Amino acid sequence: MHVVVLTKSTPDTAAKVSVEGGTVTWKEAMVLNPWDEYAVTEAVLLKEAHKVKATVMTLGKEEHGEALKQGIAIGCDQGIRIWDDGLEGHDSLLYARSVAAAVQKLGDASLVIFGKEFSDTNTDQHVYQVARKLGWTVLGSVAKILEIDFGAGTIKVERLLEQGKQIVTSKLPVVIAVLKDINEPKYPSFIGIRKASKADIPVWGLADLGVDAGSLKTKVTALAEPPKREGEVEMITGDSAAQIAATLADKLLEDKVL
Amino acid sequence: MDFSLTEEHLMAQQMVRDFAHNEIYPTIKEWDRKQQLNPIVLPRMAELGILGINIPVRYGGQGFDYLTLALVCEELERVDTPLRVIMSVHMGLNSMSVLQWGTEEQKQRFLVPQAKGEKYAAFGLTEPNAGSDVAAMSSTARREGDVYILNGEKMWISLATKAHHILVFAKTDPHANPPHSGITAFMITDDMKGVTSGDIHDKLGVRAGSTGWVAMQDVEVPVENRIGEEGEGFYIAMAALDNGRYTVGAGAVGLIRACLEDSIKYAHSRETFGKPIAKHQLVQQKIAFMQQWYDASKLLIMKAGWLKNIGQRNTRETSVAKWYATDMSVQAALEAIQIHGAYGFSDEYDVERYLRNGKGAVIYEGTSEIHQLMQAGYALGFREDRPLRCELPAYDPEFWQN
Amino acid sequence: MIFVWLEHFNGSLVQASRESLGFAKSLGDSVTGLVFGQGVDGVVSEAFHYGADKVIKAEDATLETFRAEPYIALLAKLVQDHNPTYVMAAATVRGRETLSGAAADVDGALLHDVVDAKVEGGKLVATRAIYSGKVVATEAVVGDGPQFVTLRSRAFKALESDSSRSGDVSTAAPVLSEDQIATKVESFEASVGTVSLTDAAIIVSGGRGVGGPEGFAPIRELAAVLGGAVGASRATVDAGWIPYVHQVGQTGKVVSPDLYIACGISGAIQHQAGMRSSKIIVAINKDAEAPIFKIARYGVVGDLFEVVPALTEALKARLGK
Repeated sequence: MHVVVLTKSTPDTAAKVSVEGGTVTWKEAMVLNPWDEYAVTEAVLLKEAHKVKATVMTLGKEEHGEALKQGIAIGCDQGIRIWDDGLEGHDSLLYARSVAAAVQKLGDASLVIFGKEFSDTNTDQHVYQVARKLGWTVLGSVAKILEIDFGAGTIKVERLLEQGKQIVTSKLPVVIAVLKDINEPKYPSFIGIRKASKADIPVWGLADLGVDAGSLKTKVTALAEPPKREGEVEMITGDSAAQIAATLADKLLEDKVL
Repeated sequence: MDFSLTEEHLMAQQMVRDFAHNEIYPTIKEWDRKQQLNPIVLPRMAELGILGINIPVRYGGQGFDYLTLALVCEELERVDTPLRVIMSVHMGLNSMSVLQWGTEEQKQRFLVPQAKGEKYAAFGLTEPNAGSDVAAMSSTARREGDVYILNGEKMWISLATKAHHILVFAKTDPHANPPHSGITAFMITDDMKGVTSGDIHDKLGVRAGSTGWVAMQDVEVPVENRIGEEGEGFYIAMAALDNGRYTVGAGAVGLIRACLEDSIKYAHSRETFGKPIAKHQLVQQKIAFMQQWYDASKLLIMKAGWLKNIGQRNTRETSVAKWYATDMSVQAALEAIQIHGAYGFSDEYDVERYLRNGKGAVIYEGTSEIHQLMQAGYALGFREDRPLRCELPAYDPEFWQN
Repeated sequence: MIFVWLEHFNGSLVQASRESLGFAKSLGDSVTGLVFGQGVDGVVSEAFHYGADKVIKAEDATLETFRAEPYIALLAKLVQDHNPTYVMAAATVRGRETLSGAAADVDGALLHDVVDAKVEGGKLVATRAIYSGKVVATEAVVGDGPQFVTLRSRAFKALESDSSRSGDVSTAAPVLSEDQIATKVESFEASVGTVSLTDAAIIVSGGRGVGGPEGFAPIRELAAVLGGAVGASRATVDAGWIPYVHQVGQTGKVVSPDLYIACGISGAIQHQAGMRSSKIIVAINKDAEAPIFKIARYGVVGDLFEVVPALTEALKARLGK
């Protein structure tokens, strides 16, 4: 029995990100992808409740090893980093093939957990694509794991769709993507921090995984900063709240947004 | 010379920073106004292991070094002083004293539950009429067979009404000459008959903390609860202060950082005369001084922590660090309020609380004046530290982590 | 040929799918709508009204409610059989799962959650917001094979409904039988009486300034008068004042309504990440220094408990409610 959580390091959510010379830059430190705080916590909670092994995994360069250390500090048993020069500029399909191969290499995994999305690339297609490459069921947008039985191989979750809540059951193995309110994220423990700082994290390359990089299907061709909207504010003032409200209401009607 | 922090240090620092910022900061004003300790604080600090951070794993702690204790205190006081005060009394003054002076049996009985956070610990030295003049205390301990009978009142005790274990000092020989040689240390517990306590309100600062009094009336304390030898209490108290002051100074470093960070943020956002006030040179000067105070205070504290790690006596170095850091934290808070202008004078911003909280630390655990006398005493050759029967053990990763 | 996978709920097309049809139609090629479900004839007609030239429908008990496995398998099969140039859908929860999965099955290129797209030399080129809207990326299809694209809600325009339009309907059979599908839907609980944030043209949001759960009352009233949705900042959700489904921002929903009214929201960068692409932002805040004013079109420095009810009254009068 084995739970695998996929993660990566992303810029701190408060980071001032800009585009310079065609590349995205920021000064602030990298942190665990914010959605993955919930994914990693869920893996650790399952590990504690069901006595299963928890592995935290990433596909990325060395800086993503920090996310793995954070995962171990929070309570995962081990970290594995997938990287290879052949993965430079990878698209979601190559990501999916590589991660699926790594999960299979572990041998006994029956649950893969992702956070809702990667907050840097704002992508989530890798979640569903990893599941397809594994040949597993995928359950996205999971707000709660209501029941899970690793022995019997069953899971019951609450999914949040645009129009409401869906309760579904499925059979393991399964890939899930979790939302923010699935748990209260755990902090690293001090014992976990010591374990993480001493952890030896293996790097698996394409050859280790038996994956051929092949050719890319999509690529990023340009990066730019969005148009600034600063400086256009018109402050509405008046002698009373009613007067301010009247002025504002008229302006909104003029703008035809009502 | 190596100034770098380890990955372990940095991750521990970040973890405590996140805890304080996410869980405590959002409601801090509310608890400051209520003049109560937020009830989640102690249980959460226990649960997260903060209450045992630098105690060996074998004694229920987390096995980190003394430098980590300083980093933790800085992060806690960056958010609110009462959080750091908990570390000062629970860890610095009480738990580290047991680690230093306690027998193996006492470590098992007191230190283990304290480090695990199952029991909270406090320190009772000051009395209504004896502060800096410790030897003037009037609490007494009379031996009767296997017990001591304790009487007296302790004042300005942090966690007085929250602690399960209180390290108190009382005179077993009220007529000893010199007077301090008649003082003995005891661990009393809140469930002992004759122990009562209460909170003190309407303090200038540290309002979201718990400060109070502890009264002892004919309290029977078993001999096994005596820490150290009879008459050794004064040395135990002074050694405890070496550790308590270390946490206070480290916290003050955090308070200076709070003043600095808040001032920088405000200086960038507030505009006067058509530009951000950060562009005004007199504001820049204040920021520059705060940066200097932060750097100097931190270096002094980290040096004291390094001495503790290698097992060297650090009474003088800890004293100068605590004196400087706390004095400068008050100064930094004054300047931060000045930068914030009228807003800084109101509780809409945090800086007025920094001033109220900072002022306590130049009084407790050795007033700034006491530290000046100490430094002069060392410099002029009037004062020197003699070896203690039990020194604070050096940080040994093998012993601490296994 | 362009495939548009169409999402429907309660017997009608979801707005985002109408937008997908509108975009597909703008490319000038023949548009085939794909409708999976049970009893979907109404949806099929609607697909024509919004621009589909043909429809392939698959009706079966196994497809009655959305499940990833049968939907992905069926879409992948249809793509293999018909070999469309482009496969599109709205980037909703269901659309994301279905298209991503099918793209993986057929090893197709996928441009995901795009806010703009065009065709250059037969390949899709799209722009997407990355780094939570702090960067705009242009992504292009470079490989061969079917090109998949998911379109962000409200980023593309739907055509006016034309009820005179109709077209050929063909049927497709499901690929998986019930015993081949691991997932079973136990229940569905629709959110009642609220407008979904991602679809909303108007959002009224509350922040720390609302002071507590009761503080959302004036926010809700204003939203009700405008037919808008209620949003919230992370601080209010974390404090337990309002459920997470209302959270706008980096770890909540990313929205781009025509009008976003931020009440008592300071506008932390993480909140801005979720709403800065709104067409018109109104900020109501006591603190004149609040960063939200920097990105707002209109700002009011004042107590939301006075300004918001006054605005509700003013709008009621003007909108004749």
